[in-house]
Amino acid sequence: MNDEIRAILKEHGRLAVDVAGLADDADLYQAGMTSHASVNVMLALEGTFDVEFPDRMLRRGVFESIAAIRAAIDELKQG
Amino acid sequence: MATTYSATDLYDGLVKHGLIIPVGVPGIFGRNAVFEDVLARFDDYVSRVAKDDGAEKMLFPPTLDRKVFERSEFLDSFPQLAGSIFSFAGNERQHAELRTRVHGGQPWADLQVMTDVVLTPAACYPVYPSFTGTLPENGRLVDMQNWVFRHEPSPEPTRMQAFRVREFVRVGKPEVVVDWRNMWLERGLTIMRSLGLPAKSEVAADPFFGRGGKMLASAQLEQQLKFEVTIPVISEEKPTAVCSFNWHQEKFSKIFDIKTPDGETANTACLGFGMERVCMALFRHHGYDPKTWPAPVREKLWP
Repeated sequence: MNDEIRAILKEHGRLAVDVAGLADDADLYQAGMTSHASVNVMLALEGTFDVEFPDRMLRRGVFESIAAIRAAIDELKQG
Repeated sequence: MATTYSATDLYDGLVKHGLIIPVGVPGIFGRNAVFEDVLARFDDYVSRVAKDDGAEKMLFPPTLDRKVFERSEFLDSFPQLAGSIFSFAGNERQHAELRTRVHGGQPWADLQVMTDVVLTPAACYPVYPSFTGTLPENGRLVDMQNWVFRHEPSPEPTRMQAFRVREFVRVGKPEVVVDWRNMWLERGLTIMRSLGLPAKSEVAADPFFGRGGKMLASAQLEQQLKFEVTIPVISEEKPTAVCSFNWHQEKFSKIFDIKTPDGETANTACLGFGMERVCMALFRHHGYDPKTWPAPVREKLWP
């Protein structure tokens, strides 16, 4: 799943660095992801993983790292 | 004045006393001489408070270069509020078609084309392109009063489609910009309270569009990028923002390539007084006739 998340970040995250060089727990905002880019990442994640983030998860922190995104999607897939 | 707040009562009171003049569309109205005098006096009061700040005065028309608008990311955040200007660029045959449709009550939008301008969506936007390049050591400070358009028709008098904002924009190093924002937050509260208005300040978020907008709003709140000075005008529970303070961090400086003398990307912040809203707060709290307002309030506005 992390590879799919990385592919989405590469396409939509507008990162200032190569996503391949980022650790799973690296701060994506520090890596250059803007708030607007994070919205596109959120929408792409919903399309790819067939989930819908509820309002309580539409927060900056939920998308701050690959690990955080993975945890959020795992939670939605289990729910 | 009554202690209960009501949007309808305020609108009706403003109209009954001739202060605003309905024109048929919600959120658009004229202002009479009394209303304009209060607005001008408040504007002067702000000028007196800011007189030693050394701001550069500028004035822009209520229109903005469409390319600046597109680069500003306004459509990424608030597509529902934008006002893009279209006009007719056809030939005589198409003009005949236009006239037939307009007078026949038929849709005619497809006979118009997009122009190079939009209505100014935020009072600070016109100035940023002029900052491109390297700033002087202490950055820059600009003072404007601009008309703003927001597509949000509402019968509620403080929610206007077109209104004026007395706007200050600071650009420079991050600490300079944040200190300046904090100083004005205190000043804004002091100014409002000196006018007998029960003002408070709070962290705020913009009305971003859609579900993605919830993320943008949460990021804005979390980072404390927006503050407002609010006063109860039509509601006690939801007081009206009369002054808004926005710290954009590097957003506009990245878009418009604005650098500090040491080569770093600059920070920007702006603050704006909603001029009509301040006037409405004064009318709501002190009555519709300024001649009857409390002496200390009159002394501040008519010194």
